[in-house]
Amino acid sequence: MSQKNVKTFPQGGVHPKDHKLSADRTVRRLPLPKTVSIPFSQHIGAPAVPLVKAADEVKTGQLIAQSAGFISANIHSSVSGKVKKIDQVKDLTGYKRPAFIIEVQEDAWAEGIDLSPDLVKDISLSPEDIAAKVAAAGIVGMGGATFPSHVKLAPPKDKKVEFLMINGVECEPYLTSDHRLMLEKNEEIMVGIQIMLKALGIDQAFIGIEDNKPDAINLLKETAKKYPGISVEPLKVWYPQGGERQLVKALTGREIPPPPKGLPIDVGCVVFNVGTVFAVYEAVQKNKPLIERVVTVTGPAVKKPSNFWVRVGTSIAELIEAAGGLPDNTGKIVSGGPMMGKALDSADVPVTKGTSGILLLPQTEAKRWEKLPCIRCAKCVSACPLGLEPYLLMALVDRQMLDRAEQERILNCCECACCSFACPSNRPLLDYIRYGKATILKKLREKAKK
Amino acid sequence: MSSQLLTVSLSPHTYGGETVKKLMSGVLIALLPAWIVSVIVFGLAAVKVSVLAVASAVLFEYLIQKYVLKVDPSVTDGSAALTGLLLAFNVPATLPGWIVVLGSFVAIAVGKMSFGGLGNNPFNPALVGRVFLLVSFPVAMTTWPKPFSGAMAVADGITTATPLAVIKEGLKNGQTPQELLAELPGYSDLLLGKMAGSLGEISALALILGGLFLIYKRIITWHIPVAVIGSTAVFSGLLWLVHPDQFMDPVFHLLTGGLLLGAFFMATDYVTSPMTPKGMLIFGAGIGILTVTIRVFGAYPEGMSFAILIMNAFVPLINRTCKPRRFGE
Repeated sequence: MSQKNVKTFPQGGVHPKDHKLSADRTVRRLPLPKTVSIPFSQHIGAPAVPLVKAADEVKTGQLIAQSAGFISANIHSSVSGKVKKIDQVKDLTGYKRPAFIIEVQEDAWAEGIDLSPDLVKDISLSPEDIAAKVAAAGIVGMGGATFPSHVKLAPPKDKKVEFLMINGVECEPYLTSDHRLMLEKNEEIMVGIQIMLKALGIDQAFIGIEDNKPDAINLLKETAKKYPGISVEPLKVWYPQGGERQLVKALTGREIPPPPKGLPIDVGCVVFNVGTVFAVYEAVQKNKPLIERVVTVTGPAVKKPSNFWVRVGTSIAELIEAAGGLPDNTGKIVSGGPMMGKALDSADVPVTKGTSGILLLPQTEAKRWEKLPCIRCAKCVSACPLGLEPYLLMALVDRQMLDRAEQERILNCCECACCSFACPSNRPLLDYIRYGKATILKKLREKAKK
Repeated sequence: MSSQLLTVSLSPHTYGGETVKKLMSGVLIALLPAWIVSVIVFGLAAVKVSVLAVASAVLFEYLIQKYVLKVDPSVTDGSAALTGLLLAFNVPATLPGWIVVLGSFVAIAVGKMSFGGLGNNPFNPALVGRVFLLVSFPVAMTTWPKPFSGAMAVADGITTATPLAVIKEGLKNGQTPQELLAELPGYSDLLLGKMAGSLGEISALALILGGLFLIYKRIITWHIPVAVIGSTAVFSGLLWLVHPDQFMDPVFHLLTGGLLLGAFFMATDYVTSPMTPKGMLIFGAGIGILTVTIRVFGAYPEGMSFAILIMNAFVPLINRTCKPRRFGE
């Protein structure tokens, strides 16, 4: 791990141990599950509108729920079989939401999907058709944010796009799905980037990769020689290097204005995760909708830390079985990484388009530590990559001084959790900040309605 | 699939591993070189004062938490021990034991617990204790044992003045800095700690060593020490350049009194110092300027304690005005 001459963001951040246990495990394809639960909503925006009903036969790749507006996404069946019912299923937010329950029979694919492993390099679609194809394929941001991708590929005309940023940073500890994808689908990712460049009408793309993945950096650098306009940028191992704001800052020196309005496009950048790039390749070149993805299953006590190609809707419990079963001492199941992932209350939750990994933490690491008084050490202030003062925001939220919290930029917080991670008193800084943000945003929404 | 109970909590699901106890132990370790020098120079007297101060500070905190505030005592976090040791560092090595214990009591009870305990006190507790002793027992607090004269030095009348006191007195009586410097230990002696002074402040070298350890271990950042030392050097340097026959040179100011102890260990107290780098620089600069002002123009030969306490009072204002650089704005 050389830390010389690599780019990084200049402000804040922390360095968690990386624990990339599954980094050398080739992505394996799991046998098809017996049933899948495919939620209507796997993205930011309006839930999709169902097109099939109970007892209908569906094929793999068939459109089963239609995007409900510009900020929404199509849902396709990830298996072939019979829709058993439409039911309320607990998703990773912990809420029950409507989903298709499909009983799997064989694996019959919808027509027109190219299942051959051949690389298709020539891009025949026009920019508009590319965005339309991406929308049709139901592609959303696969790094976890699940924002519908076609929206970002068709930026408003008054905004000038200069750079395409590909996020292969994978700064969350434990997760290796992006890492494996870059190693195993390097050519496809390059073609995917060419497709996106064409859609955006630009000719320069950067791939940011943390310096703890030298194999991926070297392979993509080598592959990129064959494709114009793509440069691979090693980045310092420093969390949250893969945050949109940090990535753009590290690679271009530009700062995305704060939320809610500030977007990468405001500084001429469009950012996609490498997983999304691969999905775009498959949609545009192979006519294959987004119905499967790479998921890492890992944890300190997991027998076989693994990376799997998983059909959307597969129960997380099945992935855990395939990785050697749930360790006896498991105290927490996290969807995503340890810094930003969501803890689940059961393993009976379906994989969705945004599920990058399942982390099983032992009892000893599952519990919060005892909260001690704030000693005003300012470690949260130094750790914040956005220049906020988490200790102050927590105190203000605790005292219900939300107006002042807003003045102190609480809404700028990206919830990267560096503050809570750095706190020597184990104070739940981010919990309070989230609560404050949610309360303020609710008030703002109510105000807007009036 | 399993009947195990799972913990569900919000992210993050991991900790950096830093704890209050580790930070406090780090500071105690950083104080070790200076403490060893004090034992070499002042002998067992230094050991006695340090042990008394630490033990009584811990005991007072324990008793107050248990019987007055009725909360679970948290003395194992090491903060009371640190306050005790810093108080010991700020008094003469031969200070009578009961005065040391009284100082500990004021530091912990008045300086810290009366505000609600760790994290809530506006003023550095060790300095509250020290200044209380200084104004209450001016003679005992300014009777300095001569270096290397043993535990009975004061009883035997082997005392001497600190370099800053010699200068204060001498300049008032019309002597020149050059004449006075000739009477005092040389700069290399000041660096090593061969001079009269408070228990832990005498060896500049040992304090710098400990300070660098704190910065290396990321227990503190460089901002406060650099600002204190820089502003002291600049301000005293300007005075010296204008009137070298009336004012001491900046190196003398840096090597004497509590300046380095204050810059690295007292002003950097987490609870009573600002939260942002910009704030820390202003805070440190204020301390340097006030220290030189008190030393040069004030009634006391030494100004570090007062300077820090005064700047402590400005911390809320500094925090209110000095914001970190907000990303993207």
